[in-house]
Amino acid sequence: MGAKTLIIDGQTVSAENHVTILQAATDNGITIPTLCHLDGVYDVGACRLCLVEVKGSTKLFSACTTRVYEGMEVTTQSERLKKYRRMTIELLFAERNHVCAVCVANGHCELQALATSLGMDHVRYDYCFPKWGMDLTHPFLGMDDNRCILCTRCVRACWHIEGAGTKNVAGRGSKSHIISDLNEPWGDSETCTSCAKCLLSCPTGALFHKGDTVGESERDRSKLGYIVNAREKQQWIV
Amino acid sequence: MDRLKVATVWLGGCAGCHMSFLDLDEFLFDVAAQIDLVYSPIVDCKEYPEHVDLCLIEGAVCNEDNLELLHKIRARTKTIVSFGDCAVTGNVPAIRNQLGRDNTTNVLQCAYVENAQENRRVPDATGIVPTLLPLVRPVHELVRVEYFLPGCPPPADRIKAVLVELLAGRAPALTGANLKFG
Ligand code: SF4
Ligand code: SF4
Ligand code: SF4
Ligand code: FES
Repeated sequence: MGAKTLIIDGQTVSAENHVTILQAATDNGITIPTLCHLDGVYDVGACRLCLVEVKGSTKLFSACTTRVYEGMEVTTQSERLKKYRRMTIELLFAERNHVCAVCVANGHCELQALATSLGMDHVRYDYCFPKWGMDLTHPFLGMDDNRCILCTRCVRACWHIEGAGTKNVAGRGSKSHIISDLNEPWGDSETCTSCAKCLLSCPTGALFHKGDTVGESERDRSKLGYIVNAREKQQWIV
Repeated sequence: MDRLKVATVWLGGCAGCHMSFLDLDEFLFDVAAQIDLVYSPIVDCKEYPEHVDLCLIEGAVCNEDNLELLHKIRARTKTIVSFGDCAVTGNVPAIRNQLGRDNTTNVLQCAYVENAQENRRVPDATGIVPTLLPLVRPVHELVRVEYFLPGCPPPADRIKAVLVELLAGRAPALTGANLKFG
């Protein structure tokens, strides 16, 4: 089927059938903030940072999971969206224990970078200071629940790129957390191939190489998209 | 015009933010020419004065002394700036909050009994050492704060960007890289 023509932020763009608003925007140089989106795995609309306005509806739509249609009119920047994005990012910080000053991902963290670009100078909600632990049982990888934003990028990378199916989400609401196998110590996992794709996919410092210290967790996340592209389209584009 | 009455305060922090302040180098001469530094860790003054125009607060609110001083500061100060990540987020001092709210059985137990080599007992120096608050809190959760200056510590340039505006009577508005935490 042919292309669709739509308007994003007043700009007329054409997009292939079935692509998402996010993809159409990205292809046309329009940036929408995202956290749970990761090139190479399917989208789940978990973080709500990519919310956009679509003309004709008072509802907001997640750009990563909403398909384009002919004549669609999308607004990606408005005072209302700015307000909600700022609230969302502040809630993410209030929910767990983020101490950027001593974090492995300091300076290489998508959550931190987004807070900066969204103008977050402080968090208006009271911090929860929950008690979470770490899983350091894997020989060379570590998981710190304190820094996890439950984007599930690691889960999707583990299942759909590596095909191992080790990572999963357990619990509900604020008790949700990432587990290995049936909530066993990661080091005891029989399915984990130790490929570290979960680490590569993680936007924060929740997954890390043991031994990395403050600010050392720098990852090239585009490698995952590269693998998938090569596998699915037989294109080896570096 | 009267010179601006400025205070800097050190609550539960490591003094790193004040070190960064001193790192303003020659700009400190410009600042000194425009202000009266009325209260600060580097000024010999015991009591927080009345009618302060501007106060930079370093550190989180960790104990009863911090809290008492904070309320005094708010009552006597026109403009408060949360100075550095500990003041803005709780940062490293607030890591102890995860241990739970009862300090005697949690944080003191952890530090002085579980992880101590000698003299394992929970210290008791009531009246000498200020009592810990059940939770370490960022400044704005307890009193109104006008401006935020994040960073651990905020680099001298960032402090300067805020001071230049405040000294000129304008509202500082940090953006972009100047808002990076950590
Ligand atoms: S994961 Fe990111 S936001 Fe959280 S503490 Fe680390 S650097 Fe900061
Ligand atoms: S290392 Fe690979 S297989 Fe193991 S949990 Fe991570 S993504 Fe899954
Ligand atoms: S561990 Fe990282 S990738 Fe996985 S859900 Fe948490 S933040 Fe996302
Ligand atoms: S990127 Fe769309 S909801 Fe997270």
